[in-house]
Amino acid sequence: MNKLFALGLMVSVFVGCAEKKGQKKEEVESAGNEMVVQAEEVGADVKFPIYDFDGLEPLLHKEDDKTYIVNFWATWCKPCIKEMPYFERVQEEQKTNNVEVILVSLDMPNMWKTQLEPFVEKKGIQSKVVILDDPKQNDWIPKVSEEWGGGIPATLIYNKDKRTFYQRGFTYEELNNELTKFIN
Amino acid sequence: MKKTKILGWSALLLIFVAAFAMGFKVATEHNSDKGYEVGDMAADFSLKNVDGTMVSLSDFDRAKGFLVIFTCNTCPYAQAYEDRIIALDAKYKPQGVPVIAINPNNPNAKPGDSFAKMKERAAKKGFTFPYLLDEGQKVYPQYGATRTPHVFLLEKTASGNMVKYIGAIDDNYQDASQVDEKFVENAVNAMLAGNEINPKTTKAIGCGIQ
Repeated sequence: MNKLFALGLMVSVFVGCAEKKGQKKEEVESAGNEMVVQAEEVGADVKFPIYDFDGLEPLLHKEDDKTYIVNFWATWCKPCIKEMPYFERVQEEQKTNNVEVILVSLDMPNMWKTQLEPFVEKKGIQSKVVILDDPKQNDWIPKVSEEWGGGIPATLIYNKDKRTFYQRGFTYEELNNELTKFIN
Repeated sequence: MKKTKILGWSALLLIFVAAFAMGFKVATEHNSDKGYEVGDMAADFSLKNVDGTMVSLSDFDRAKGFLVIFTCNTCPYAQAYEDRIIALDAKYKPQGVPVIAINPNNPNAKPGDSFAKMKERAAKKGFTFPYLLDEGQKVYPQYGATRTPHVFLLEKTASGNMVKYIGAIDDNYQDASQVDEKFVENAVNAMLAGNEINPKTTKAIGCGIQ
């Protein structure tokens, strides 16, 4: 619902901008409508899909033949950044084993353009990156896993037969070791 | 439920230990299953405040309880809640439930959370409450804090400081004006009124303690 609303705002702002960019923005700001200004700033042209939890949930329950590594992270989370190369490496090495990595960014809206995009670009990240933007954390955290208190890094590994949640960081060896329990 | 969980973890641990005889960190694993639950008695501590004094819960003779909040300088979620933590102290200190903030991070791992930086942050934001450094990181594992910010509401009773609520401050970190449920305020109000607290625990994204 939120997403639709934001999308609507984005579209209307975009249409407005296409007509008369500079003037439109001034009007919006002078009108003092923070929601619209914010939607223009944060929603527009972010390179990654932005989901609320309802939007993200299908990615946590796919029933195809792949094994999914879903990592919850943020650019400001030091241990998350530390383990990121291991996910990238495993994704590359395990492609033939039908393993797919999904990096779910919990960066805040004001960081999407300033932190997240430059980070992904600079590191040349190949895995799929999506944004989870849903402040009702007490509602959705238990739906990811009852074991999860909310600290990151946190990772869910699953396929149609098995799922395990890890509230911790990985080394390359640890990640590979866990993964072998899913792909053999 | 708890038993199977513990069994599960133990089995997992055994596998890990067998697989990696050396250099495997299991310390972080443990914490999620340790720490206080609602109804437990919380231990007192003596930690250094940003003003240089040592602070313990027993210093607060007339307190009815405490909002022990694990927080830090560097975490964006902690920062997003700083003003709301100040507001909680302003509201509840006069009612006998002061905020006691504790930085659980190891300054060697996170230089931005050093004692000197804590002093700066407290001065800049105008903290009205103690902001303590968990030197040696002994207190946060005892409480079972896993992230910042992480709140533990304690009630002073004849037999000790009882844990009444564990979790998040409210249900919207992004925007204080969009909050639907003020978890901590509801919990403190219920505690002071002698009513049942609901919910007693909540979850929130936070920065893992380092």
